Amino acid sequence: MMRRLPFSPWHLLLMPLALLFALPLVQMVLTAFMPDGDINRFPPRFIPSRLQLDGFIGLFTESQALRWLLNTVVVAAIAVLSQLVLCSMAGYGFARLKFFGKNAGFLMILATIMIPAQLLMIPTYVMFTRLGLIDTLAAAFVPWLASAFGIFLMRQFFLSLPAELEDAARIDGCSTFGVFWRVVLPLARPALATLTVFTLLGSWNDLIWPLVAISDESLYTIQLGLANFQGTRHTQWSLLMAGNVVATMPLIIAFVLAQRQFVATMTFSGLKG
Amino acid sequence: MSLLFAGRRQAAAHRAAVPSGRLRWLHRSLVGWGFAGPATALVVGLSIFPAAWALLISLQKWNGIAPAKPIGLLNYQLMLEDPDLFAAVRHTVVFTVLFVPASIFLGMLVAVALNRPIKLVGFYRTCIFIPFVASAAATGILASFVFNPQYGAANSVLRALGLPQQQFLESQSQALPVICLIALWGQVGFTVVVYLAALQDIPKDVVEAARMDGANRWQVFRHVTLPALGPVTVFTSIWQTITALQLFDLVFTTTRGGPLGATQTIVYYVYVQAFKLTKFGYGSAVAYGLFAATLLITVGMILYSRRSKIEAF
Repeated sequence: MMRRLPFSPWHLLLMPLALLFALPLVQMVLTAFMPDGDINRFPPRFIPSRLQLDGFIGLFTESQALRWLLNTVVVAAIAVLSQLVLCSMAGYGFARLKFFGKNAGFLMILATIMIPAQLLMIPTYVMFTRLGLIDTLAAAFVPWLASAFGIFLMRQFFLSLPAELEDAARIDGCSTFGVFWRVVLPLARPALATLTVFTLLGSWNDLIWPLVAISDESLYTIQLGLANFQGTRHTQWSLLMAGNVVATMPLIIAFVLAQRQFVATMTFSGLKG
Repeated sequence: MSLLFAGRRQAAAHRAAVPSGRLRWLHRSLVGWGFAGPATALVVGLSIFPAAWALLISLQKWNGIAPAKPIGLLNYQLMLEDPDLFAAVRHTVVFTVLFVPASIFLGMLVAVALNRPIKLVGFYRTCIFIPFVASAAATGILASFVFNPQYGAANSVLRALGLPQQQFLESQSQALPVICLIALWGQVGFTVVVYLAALQDIPKDVVEAARMDGANRWQVFRHVTLPALGPVTVFTSIWQTITALQLFDLVFTTTRGGPLGATQTIVYYVYVQAFKLTKFGYGSAVAYGLFAATLLITVGMILYSRRSKIEAF
């Protein structure tokens, strides 16, 4: 049912809000390409007088931003791959298979959702120090390899699938893993996309844990690098905004690509409560 | 070699063919744990085990290097007499009270608007979602720029409107509300997604039936939509409260707790105590205090929603 009215009063609410939400990001991108003179004059310009790449050149020559970006890509890629494999398998196990200790295991996972990350920081730091993981890239990705949220999300999704398909494949002689790999997983694309988005967002944007676990500058993630870079360069806005653009754009692109599936799974999974 | 394999396969086939109780049970458990085991081990190993360890650490005086000294509940007693901790609790509570209702109200309003079949809806939705994707670090840096007292856009807008200039993040009284605004900007996308999903779940015929019975739009919203959103509201309240109580990243990248400690939150305090002052025991005790408070609030909210007949969980 499309309304024929060309104008709805809702635009009066949505238009200013949308601008309010989008404009800071537009300014971020514009400032990244702006000469410092434009920013420091009074009143400052919103539209650059000319576009230049000094911010990006400065960022990549005066900091190890490229390296930080690469570290973050590695951390996020390992986190996403591992979550996709481990959480979908565990979710399938808890949703469909019958085995000893299943309920106890799932309850334990549910219980961990309540434990806040801050509580775990200190013992995890001590544990990782003893394992020799502190100040390695592994420190940044090991906590992201699997998550209670991911297991829960995948289990909810698998519970919503009709079981007949799996039964049919079983009768045709498929092993449990075969059923999972060939029948169930291809159907789980929306849930896998959502898990990818959440894991990507979480691991890419994490700040407090890398801050605690990594002090070697060449092992910084982009968020940690930016946050520390800000402390030393807080007047060089074109540099900082270039850093912001570099740190944010990959996620914005990923999110826009997955937006449809993301909203679809939120409806499916019963995440909404 | 091939004989060995053949032998094995035969045994397996035999086992599958004759499902004698115990062997089958063992086989199923092995397969089940083969699927669920790795993820479960990681999650439990990285949360339940450290959480128990944190409890032990909270009963010690320990800097992470020297031998730990068991001191019983002294850390928890010290918490009761720590004015800085009280200030951090106060800032966190103020932030939570500002942030949670605002994010729920705004999220619901925007979701209801985005659920209308109007033009440009895709554009609006993308604009409102995208800040959710930006990291708190990036958001914090952007916010320090926008709210910069000298050349920030926020003061430019005030100037254009003929309003007095503000200090924003550099003012002790304004910093926390400004951080709340920034958090709303970054987090409302989440509440909008959740409400949008819930709105699309409301059966169309119920709404149409109400319209047929002569209800106007507001009455439909008040008596059909709003009750249907009840469970989601309980979920978003709990979720956003937990998020608010754990505020750290934005504070770190905008004010680092300043000016003069005005934006020091509980998690920021834990970070400083544990990793700046290496008071692992005291930091763990404060973290446990936060955990207990979060748990109490969450359980309270769930019980309250049960009593008012909103089935959220």
